[in-house]
Amino acid sequence: MFTAPQATDHKSLSAPDWSAIRADFPLLSQLAHQQPLAYLDNAATTQKPNAVIDSITHFYRFDNANVHRGAYQLSERATLAFETARDKIQRFLHAPSREEVIFVRGATEAINLVAQSYARPRLKPGDEILISAMEHHSNIVPWQMVCLQTGALLKVVPINDSAEINIAEYQALLNKKTKVVALTHLSNALGSITPVDQMIAMAHAREIPVLVDGAQAAPHLSLDVKQLDCDFYTFSGHKIYAPTGIGVLYGKQSYLEAMEPYQGGGDMISRVSFEHSDYNCLPYKFEAGTPNIAGVIGLGAAIDYIQAIGIDHIKQRERLLLDYATAGVSLIKGLRIIGTARDKASILSFVMDSAHPHDISTILDQQGVAIRAGHHCAMPVMTRFDVPATARASFSFYNNESDIDQFLQGLHLVNNIFSGKNG
Amino acid sequence: MKVMNEELRALYQEVIIDHGRHPRNFKKLEHPSFCQEGYNPLCGDHLKLYVRIENNTIVDASFEGQGCAISMAACSLLTERIKNTSIVEARKLFDAFQILVSDANPPEKIRDYLGKLSVLGGVRDFPVRIKCATLAWHALKAGLDDINNKKVVSTE
Repeated sequence: MFTAPQATDHKSLSAPDWSAIRADFPLLSQLAHQQPLAYLDNAATTQKPNAVIDSITHFYRFDNANVHRGAYQLSERATLAFETARDKIQRFLHAPSREEVIFVRGATEAINLVAQSYARPRLKPGDEILISAMEHHSNIVPWQMVCLQTGALLKVVPINDSAEINIAEYQALLNKKTKVVALTHLSNALGSITPVDQMIAMAHAREIPVLVDGAQAAPHLSLDVKQLDCDFYTFSGHKIYAPTGIGVLYGKQSYLEAMEPYQGGGDMISRVSFEHSDYNCLPYKFEAGTPNIAGVIGLGAAIDYIQAIGIDHIKQRERLLLDYATAGVSLIKGLRIIGTARDKASILSFVMDSAHPHDISTILDQQGVAIRAGHHCAMPVMTRFDVPATARASFSFYNNESDIDQFLQGLHLVNNIFSGKNG
Repeated sequence: MKVMNEELRALYQEVIIDHGRHPRNFKKLEHPSFCQEGYNPLCGDHLKLYVRIENNTIVDASFEGQGCAISMAACSLLTERIKNTSIVEARKLFDAFQILVSDANPPEKIRDYLGKLSVLGGVRDFPVRIKCATLAWHALKAGLDDINNKKVVSTE
């Protein structure tokens, strides 16, 4: 069994044993419709390794107490486990300080927090928020809400037919009214990797802060918020092998210090009276109420786990799987890939002449293959490519060629069914 | 080569594949008594059902839209079936269709009554696809319930 080694091991250069790694994910060993489960919906959520499941079980069996409160050993142990996870995430993101790592429910809440606590008090009518044409709804709707509240306007950077950002248009859209730029790091519907480093530098040249939505990127790309110089970075635990209901907002300390709290409650204050309350210091100012302690600990365990494999190994492995699947689908008659950016990762979105994405998904499901069909919470992307929906296979390092073969055979069956060769 | 299992074979019967690929009455109807939109936002099935009624009888029906094979075939078959039926009869068909797709073992007489429409019974083994088969029928019912209704109906 592949167990998460200590921090010193994670720079190991030896190639990981991928079949042992797959065995770390107990859910993947089950059958689906009497066939091996080929789980290819990793962009929606990832499966959890034993290391993560065990960390949560261990917490509830032995360490459960509220954090930052009790002056007793158990609470100190819970607090230590909780805060140690924050340190792990700080290192994972290469954040300059641990105070810049805020625990939230997920990337969605992180973006809403920035929209309400950073943008809302600063926006005036006519100001502009700039996003890209391939954002997830969670990086569109919070900004639309703040636009309605303030009279600001939402502007959208177009993408080309390959699903790449039009940088010249982006440059043209950046202007003195632009107050926030919010960009996906990796498109969940298309797989395109956004050139965020270049786009951040361009925004910073005009002193515009940039939020990067890393919900899809975090499990697949190397993250370094210091090098990127982004002002905010968000991601969700459940897409990076951790539990649902936990996520992270990274923000530059200078921004976070200047922002009002998002929610009021316990833990986020240093002193309360009926006349006045003083807010707690960072990061607690943004962590009202008892946090998702087990979720945080699970997230820490997930990050230990992927760092033990090594993000470079993960990138290579997932590149290989994406290339293998892309080559395979190119032989399927009438199949068209939506999202053909030169720089892409882990996601294969497509439509077929013969069948609607939902029919594809139903047929694949019967072959034990789980993919997503629909608009992927990115309806404007569907409109941009003039499709009602797409089918999407998304890969993780724990997938293998056999999962993809099963997927490809399912696609052949789709064509057979819809051409009348019912097999 | 993968082959279809029994459930898939029941779901994607030839009639459904045929109506899904070549929907009948697929056009806008001039001077309809009502045009009812049906939309399942999560899966994107979207249709507009046009119905013309004279003397409490449906004299013509057509639709436009896009969606999966099941939703398109269901609407195509619906338009074929409801032509020249009374409003009362169309409502009976609605009720019978609900039983067909939701009952584990729909009575023989329901299947006989629905005739060709009973090919859609295979969706009962695919809970997430039932809404695809019923969208057109809910559009019909919403339209009949309020002829001037301009709202969108959904089965999600």
